[in-house]
Amino acid sequence: MYDSKRLKELIVEVMIKISGVASIFIVAMIFLFLLKEGIFLFKTYKPLDFLFGKSWYPISEPAEFGILPLILGSILVTLGAAVISVPLGIAAAIYIAEIAPPRLKEILKSGVELLAAIPSVVLGFIGMVTVVPWIKSTFHVSTGLTALAGSVILAFMAMPTIVSIAEDALHSVPKIYKEGAYALGATHWQTIYRVVLPAASSGIMAAVMLGIGRVVGETMAVMMVTGNSPSMPRGILYPVRTLTATVAAEMGETVQGSDHYFSLFAIGIVLFLITFAINMTADLFLHRKR
Amino acid sequence: MPKNKIFINGILAGVLALMVLAGPACAKKGDSLQVKGSDTMVNLVQSWAEEFMKKNSDSFIAVTGGGSGTGFAALINGTCDVAMSSRQIKAQEVGLAAKKGVTPKEFKVALDGLAVVVNKDNPVSGLTLDQLAHIFTGKITNWKEVGGRDAKIVILSREVNSGTHVYFKEHVLLKGDTKSTAEFSPEALLLSSSQAIADEIIQNQDAIGYYGMGYIGKDHKALSIAKDASSGYVYPTVDDVLSGRYPISRPLFIYTQGEPASDVKNFLDFILSNDGQAIVARIDFVPIKK
Repeated sequence: MYDSKRLKELIVEVMIKISGVASIFIVAMIFLFLLKEGIFLFKTYKPLDFLFGKSWYPISEPAEFGILPLILGSILVTLGAAVISVPLGIAAAIYIAEIAPPRLKEILKSGVELLAAIPSVVLGFIGMVTVVPWIKSTFHVSTGLTALAGSVILAFMAMPTIVSIAEDALHSVPKIYKEGAYALGATHWQTIYRVVLPAASSGIMAAVMLGIGRVVGETMAVMMVTGNSPSMPRGILYPVRTLTATVAAEMGETVQGSDHYFSLFAIGIVLFLITFAINMTADLFLHRKR
Repeated sequence: MPKNKIFINGILAGVLALMVLAGPACAKKGDSLQVKGSDTMVNLVQSWAEEFMKKNSDSFIAVTGGGSGTGFAALINGTCDVAMSSRQIKAQEVGLAAKKGVTPKEFKVALDGLAVVVNKDNPVSGLTLDQLAHIFTGKITNWKEVGGRDAKIVILSREVNSGTHVYFKEHVLLKGDTKSTAEFSPEALLLSSSQAIADEIIQNQDAIGYYGMGYIGKDHKALSIAKDASSGYVYPTVDDVLSGRYPISRPLFIYTQGEPASDVKNFLDFILSNDGQAIVARIDFVPIKK
C-alpha cells in the first residue's frame, strides 16, 4: 500500500518537474539551434561587418550582410511605439486602477484584453488601409509606408501588455499608503501622483519593458506597413526595415545551407539576445518591487 | 535524488527523440503527389491539379507555396515529388541535390510577362530598359527626368525571397551581365506580395513597381517598354511576350526528381498538352506554345 502510494507520488512529482523545466529546456534548445546554424556565417563573414555593416544585399555577388540599418530600423520603430504607447498605457492604467467607477473599470479591463486578442495581421491590414494613407496625406511624404506607421500599429499591440501589468502594479499598492496621504490632506490627484505612482514605479517599469519586448519581436504587422527598404534610417517619416521582417520575408526563398540562410539565423541570435535583455530588465524591476 | 535526475533526463531524451523522428516522418503522405515551391505559380499549378484530378479521379495532388527556394529544398530532402519555380535551379542547389543522390530535371511549363506599372494618373507611358534600370538603381530619382511631372519617384519592389525580384534584378538591373554590380536602390520599398504593390500603385501617384502581367488591373497603368531608344515601345500582351518582342518576360519551371514516372509523368504530360496550356492562358500567364 505504502509503496504504491509513494510511487504515485513520485510519478506526479516527476511529471510536474518535467513541465517545470520543459520551457527552460526548450528555450535553451532553441538558442543552441540558432547558434548552431547562425555561427556558420562567421566562418566567411566577420562578426563586426555583420553587426556594423551598412548595406544589406543578401543575394548579390559578393553578398553583403550588414545589419546595422535593420537594427536601427527596429530601434526606431520600437522607440516610436514606446513614445506613443507608454504615456497612453500608463494613463489608462491609472484611470482604470484609481479613478474609474467599478462597473466601468470591468468594461475597460475586458476591452483592453480584447485589444490583445486582435491578430497582428489584422492590425497590419487595418494599418495599411488607414494609417498609411493618412500619414502620406498629413505629412506630405512620398509614401506612407514609414517607420511612423509601424510605430502607430505597434503602439496598439504594446498597449494591452502595458495597461494590464501597470494596472496590477497600481492595484497592489497597499491601501494604507493612500489613506495616509489623504489623512495628510492630499487631494486625489496629489495622492496618485506623489504616493501611488512612486510606490508602483518598479511594476510600471516592468510593464513598459514587457510592452517593448512585445514590440521588438513583432513581425507581421510591421512588415506590412514599414515599407521594408534596407537603407540607413533617416527619420520617423522614412521607410525602414526591421530585423524581424527581414527574417520573415527572406526565409522562404533562400538556398538552405547558404550564407544567406545562415545570416538569417544570425539575425535570429541578435533578436533573441535583444528580447532576452529586455525581459531580464523587466524581471529585475519586478523583483526589486518584492 | 540522483536516481530521480537520471529518470528525468531519460524522459526528456525520449521526448526529444520522438520530436526529431516525427518531423520528417509525417512530411510525405501516402500516394498523393506533393507539389511545392514558387508563390507566383501556386494558382497556376493548383488549376492544373484540379483539372488533372477531375480526369484521373484516383490521383491526388497537393500544392503548397512557400517560395521557389523552399520548393527546391523540399525536392532535395525528398519531402515533395515536384518543385515549381519561377527561377532556374542554382548551381549550389544542384550540388546539394547531388550529395543526397537527387538529380532534379527541368521542364519549362509557361511564360510570365513582367509588367512595369505606375499610377493611372502618371503621364509617363513608356520607358526604355536603360531608364528603367536607372530608376530602380536610384540614378534617376525624379519623374521629370523621364518626361513626367516634378516629383520624387517611389520605387516598389518585391522582397528578395521572390523569384520575381531575382528575375527583375538579373534582367533589368544587371541586363544579364553577371559581373555588373548594379543593385536595387536602398530606398526601394520591398513589399511582400504582388497584391501589396498593386495596392500601393493605386494609392500613390509617384510610385513605380513590377509584377506578373496577370495582376494588371484597371486602376493601374502598365508601361510600354523599349529595348533601347531606337526600337519601338512594346506593351505587355500575350502575343508580344510569346514572340519575344516584349523585353521582360521569364519562363516558369517544374522540376522533378530524376526522369518523371507514373503519376508525375502523367501530370507533366497533361501540363504540356493543349488542355494544360489553355489553362495557362485562362489565368493570365503566357502559354509556351499556341
